[in-house]
Amino acid sequence: MDGIFKRILERLRAYRVPGYYEKFDHKWTMVVDLDRCNGCEACVTACYAENNIPVVGKEQINNSRQMSWIRIERYIDGEYPNVKVKFIPIMCQHCSKAPCETACPVYATYHNQDGLNVQVYNRCVGTFTCATYCPYDVRRFNWFSYKWDKPLDEQLTPDVTVREMGVMEKCTFCIQRIRAAKDRAKDEERTLKDGDVIPACAQSCPTGALSFGDLQDPNSMVSKLAKSPRRYRLLEELNTDPSVIYLKRIMDDGDESH
Amino acid sequence: MATNLTESGMEKMSYKEVNDDVVRTMTHSGKGYYIALALSISVAALAWGLPWAYQIFTGQGVTGLHSPVYWGIYLTNFIFWIGISHSGTLLSAILFITQTPWRRSIYRSAEAMTFFSVLTAAIFVFVHMGRPWNFYWTVPYPNQRQLWLNFQSPLMFDVFAISAYMTSSMIFLYFGSIPDLAAVRDRVTGWRKSLYTWLALGWRGTDAEWHWLSKAYTFFAVFIIPLAVSVHSIVSWDFALSKVPGLNKTIFAPYFVVGAIYSGSAGIVTLMVILRKSLKIEKYITLNHFDKLGILLLVMSLLWSYINFLEVFTGWYADTSFENESLIYRMLTPPFAYMFWLMIFTNTFMPLLLIFRKVRSSIIISLIISLGINVGMWIERYLIIVTSLPRKFLPYAWHDYFPSWVELSITVGSFAFFSMLFLLFVKFWPSLSIYEIKEDIGIPVQKEKGH
Repeated sequence: MDGIFKRILERLRAYRVPGYYEKFDHKWTMVVDLDRCNGCEACVTACYAENNIPVVGKEQINNSRQMSWIRIERYIDGEYPNVKVKFIPIMCQHCSKAPCETACPVYATYHNQDGLNVQVYNRCVGTFTCATYCPYDVRRFNWFSYKWDKPLDEQLTPDVTVREMGVMEKCTFCIQRIRAAKDRAKDEERTLKDGDVIPACAQSCPTGALSFGDLQDPNSMVSKLAKSPRRYRLLEELNTDPSVIYLKRIMDDGDESH
Repeated sequence: MATNLTESGMEKMSYKEVNDDVVRTMTHSGKGYYIALALSISVAALAWGLPWAYQIFTGQGVTGLHSPVYWGIYLTNFIFWIGISHSGTLLSAILFITQTPWRRSIYRSAEAMTFFSVLTAAIFVFVHMGRPWNFYWTVPYPNQRQLWLNFQSPLMFDVFAISAYMTSSMIFLYFGSIPDLAAVRDRVTGWRKSLYTWLALGWRGTDAEWHWLSKAYTFFAVFIIPLAVSVHSIVSWDFALSKVPGLNKTIFAPYFVVGAIYSGSAGIVTLMVILRKSLKIEKYITLNHFDKLGILLLVMSLLWSYINFLEVFTGWYADTSFENESLIYRMLTPPFAYMFWLMIFTNTFMPLLLIFRKVRSSIIISLIISLGINVGMWIERYLIIVTSLPRKFLPYAWHDYFPSWVELSITVGSFAFFSMLFLLFVKFWPSLSIYEIKEDIGIPVQKEKGH
């Protein structure tokens, strides 16, 4: 009897990749400098264009069914004329301990070796659990089969899936661009270097509030920014270990925005 | 007087009378029965079938769901029906092990109620899914794509718990019915004869058969008690394992189990009132049964109220802004405040009337109280979901939820579906346990001779 268990255990261990859960190839990280964000929403528009996100119209927006993967949350403090407006761009935080990943019964959302929280559209059965568990409310559901009017359908990004009705989607950190950068690096027989991957939102940000890179590379832009004393992570107390790092804004009167 | 009554408070009668009465409930149906059956089938088809087809065709967008309220009335109904299912089999098993006499004439229909409500609940899982045609992906089957399931997911636990519970409660119901199916087989003619010959599995009533039946039945009774407790704990973990304020309560597992038994017992009372009237079996389901069920309801009500109070109290005492927001939204903001306080009235205060024996043995008041409890328990599940999700962490994303006509119609349809199953059940299955009622009556010859 003992021998059988040992054999089964050995067999199972043979499938294991050592360090699979501890060591990652990359740790893709976004740093959002709130001091630079002016709430222009260029990132939102770029994201819509890059990731084939359907535009749902006024009625569905009123129903809170917007499909944007990144949004600028706007909070207004105080009464006119002493008004303070605070912006915070929020996209999928790619949590290292993501609540959504444990929730999905079919592994449609999981953590890959790039440290990304990825969504497999084909595998999704639509139980909504990931979106319910997400503390940041960044997951978007395909309520209908969305159509693009002609000729807008011809500007769809060919590298990105057009999602089917009934599946969940969310920010991927432009995984298609990461893929392309890796391919390019492989062709040029080198490893990825800082600045190889720029997601659509970071690329389009006019003030440079968004920076993207690998936190495992100590010389990358994000590694340096992440050491800032203004650093914090959204809802960090929930212990989700997010990959998006915010740098809080210090206002003229000493008030902080985060 | 006392000698004229059985252990469970029925009047004594002959074995023949019992046989004839039970077979009569199956073979003789009035006009009312057919009207009810036709009505329930058509309402189930129109109110559930059609809107569901529309939803599958058009997408989940026809519901009132949106970000961040991704769970709504469907999950409410799912938990409600799972809750209803909790009393039948669990209660039957507990009362069987403790050899409680008043179990005997009510347990068969209570077990059937369990099976049908689990079935109704299971269908709600599919109604709620975005792509229900892929439901088989949630089942572990070997496949060439080497895809496997996420055993960390509380929904995965759900799949296993509910399918195990459904299977075992079905087997429990069937095992307990075999001698009765044989008894019916021996007393009917025509197509019924061949049906029950097949269903009775060749039961002859030998000593060995009774021996093995009682072994198997006891085994299942013992097996089902922890299973039933685990099922509703697991259902509560769908919520409790999240991080959402209002849902991530450690007390949810016992709270849901107690709530399930509570609503299930109320369901039994409602069902028994309807059953004894419509099948004319008043002499089998007596006031004594309602008295005992009333005590059960009272105990469960006190337990439920205690845990409900604790849930709110600990949330308030913790005094975090997220928790406070969801409590204020649930308890003090209309329209949810009205629902919350209605629930407190029907589930905490109204059942206190059951302290009085007069109330417990009044059919009409029992019916009103049990219906009130069921409404209250539905509201409880609705409030848990619908007042927690619209008030998650980031205020920018807050958005209220209101069910659409599709969701409301499917909810109505589920009740019709359940009634349909039950109406079919009373004609195809002995809804009273013939042999255990006879057990209750005792051995007539012995008693008459005065041994």
